[in-house]
Amino acid sequence: MRLIATAMVFCLLLMTSTSALAQNVNLTMYYPVAVGGPITKIIDDMIADFQKDNPGITVQAVYAGNYDDTRTKALAALNAGEPVQLSVLFSIDVFDLMDQDVIVPFDDLVATDEERQWMGSFYPALMENSTVDGKVYGIPFQRSTIVMYYNKDAFRDAGLDPESPPATWDEMVEAAKKLTKRDASGNVTQWGMHVPSSGYPYWMFQAFAMQNNQVLMSGDGTEVYFDHPAVVESLEFWRDLSHTHDVMPRGVIDWGTLRQKFLEGSTAMMWHTTGNLTPVRNEARFDFGVAMLPAKQRRGSPTGGGNFYVFKQASAEERKAALQFIRWMTSPERAADWSIATGYVGVRPDAYATPALSEYVEGFAAAAVARDQLEYATAEFSTYETARVKKFLDDAIQSVLTGQAQPTQALQGAQSAADRVLRAYK
Amino acid sequence: MYRVSNQVYGWLLFFPAAVMFFLFTHFPILATLKASFFSTPRGARPARFVGLENYRVMFDDPVFWKVLGNNFIFAAGTIPLSIGLALLMAVWVNGKLSGRSIVRTAYFTPTVLPMIAVANIWLFFYTPQIGLLDGLTGLLGFPSRNWLGEPSTVMSCLIVMTIWKEAGFFMIFYLAALQSISPELQDAGRIEGAGRWYFFRRVTWPLLMPTTVFILFNAVINAFKLVDHLFIMTKGGPNNASSLLLYYIYEVAFSFWDTAYASTLTMALLAVLAVLALSQFVYLERRTHYQ
Repeated sequence: MRLIATAMVFCLLLMTSTSALAQNVNLTMYYPVAVGGPITKIIDDMIADFQKDNPGITVQAVYAGNYDDTRTKALAALNAGEPVQLSVLFSIDVFDLMDQDVIVPFDDLVATDEERQWMGSFYPALMENSTVDGKVYGIPFQRSTIVMYYNKDAFRDAGLDPESPPATWDEMVEAAKKLTKRDASGNVTQWGMHVPSSGYPYWMFQAFAMQNNQVLMSGDGTEVYFDHPAVVESLEFWRDLSHTHDVMPRGVIDWGTLRQKFLEGSTAMMWHTTGNLTPVRNEARFDFGVAMLPAKQRRGSPTGGGNFYVFKQASAEERKAALQFIRWMTSPERAADWSIATGYVGVRPDAYATPALSEYVEGFAAAAVARDQLEYATAEFSTYETARVKKFLDDAIQSVLTGQAQPTQALQGAQSAADRVLRAYK
Repeated sequence: MYRVSNQVYGWLLFFPAAVMFFLFTHFPILATLKASFFSTPRGARPARFVGLENYRVMFDDPVFWKVLGNNFIFAAGTIPLSIGLALLMAVWVNGKLSGRSIVRTAYFTPTVLPMIAVANIWLFFYTPQIGLLDGLTGLLGFPSRNWLGEPSTVMSCLIVMTIWKEAGFFMIFYLAALQSISPELQDAGRIEGAGRWYFFRRVTWPLLMPTTVFILFNAVINAFKLVDHLFIMTKGGPNNASSLLLYYIYEVAFSFWDTAYASTLTMALLAVLAVLALSQFVYLERRTHYQ
């Protein structure tokens, strides 16, 4: 009798404890930071707000380095069986994450019409990297395009109109020539322009190729077009900026220190992610502008940045909570706040209709450039084994920019190497 | 009976350490060796036996040969110079100069800084136009150089930074060794009329030999395990010009998630280190006299 009573008490205890667990869902997510500014603080504040609105769900956000480091840590945690339910990872990791069989499509998570509608509320250009075989695997969060920052004071000094930034390749070269200043002994004191080529060279190169009206990969992630004549021509142009026109330093330009160089006035124009907009705005001691990237055949820029993914190992309850969290983080108001705090694109059109963002854009037109450019945007480079394939391209680009190889041979080499890797996925 | 139980006792004492040693050293090596004969498991596809396929791929991989070559250049550039500099600094701060504790601290500071912080500082030193280095060469009238962006200069830049970082650490060992040398030897040398250089060459240097061997072992290991700065400064670029073997292994293992090939590369790294360690043991230990 006593035994039964003890057992019953024990069962009761167990039930209350599990029901307590049911009410309190703990989520862990990893996220990267690839731009300047106090991003970790912004994320922590957002999560604190979310937890206030949604008692019962605790989110632990773990800053995990850049995009590559974050993917590494998330996959390592998954392999080790640690509880990670969702993460912000590189939008281009989608094929690899599918190949690893670790993510669930959002189509399987949404239940109501309202939720389905939410899935369709983002800019289509941003969804290109999320959608595979008609299913949505990632929800846009910290997304960007490449924009051209330019120093209006330097434009005035060089006799250029600061309100009409160059709109074509030719105009850009011409302006950059006027903006390149040399001292008496011929040493450059101010370069015309900088396009970074460390860290994410393939990303910048996608913009050049897109402007020359050629994409670099097929939508299903199994084919690349590195040796297409238009692509070769694009790399020739990038190299010529430093090797022929002399408006950009030779060799590889570092991604990490470029913003500082622009702020110090050692380059008059720079191509960089719009995610750097707010730090540039806070620190620039001169009048600066933001322009869309110039056109050759057409305008063009790849999108970039991170998406939310939900991992397969999350339980049904955790998946539900994760969806609730992601919906909250990508609501129009949040997307607007996030865009103002960082410079990243407001991921959905109605974010720009919110009072906060519409007011901000009105007073600071540069904030809308990345959004307007979405019209000309394409998916960021993404294939199966994307890290490996894009390294072939990165190495080819760097070998050309440093004068070690010719564009044609370098890109043909990258093409055949990529073909070898991708053969398995066709 | 007594002898047996004593033996058992000995083995029991040895057992915990042996288990740890096997678990954390030998087992990973064996697991890596095994993984190098299999393909990488991905999602629903399990690993399958591929024999020497991964090794064939490695021998055909131009990046592997490039990073291996880079690593030897890096080792040859950093090891002798950092040890030489360490010895010089140790002799310097061992002397009776005023304010030597400040000098000692200054030399030792690079060692205690985290590598990532160091890399960030040096990244800005090397940045063209706005960096410290360009500022200095600019004063002398040299044009701005893209130090980390050119294949011809990037490796030297990393070597200089590494020497700066390592020399202070090695100095500590030399300093300890110098201070343990009996001053009576100095007195005896003086009575015999030995010059300072002669005394150093014939007495101090031989007495420092065990320390030098120890430092050399460490320096070789460091040259093959130092990768942190690459993440910050160059990512192995431009075009693999500054990539080192361990960084490449990291890239293959965690960026490409090709664990099988990474295991193969790890075996290559182990082989290189084993050969270096053996040659050091065989050659140096014979020439070194311990007190």
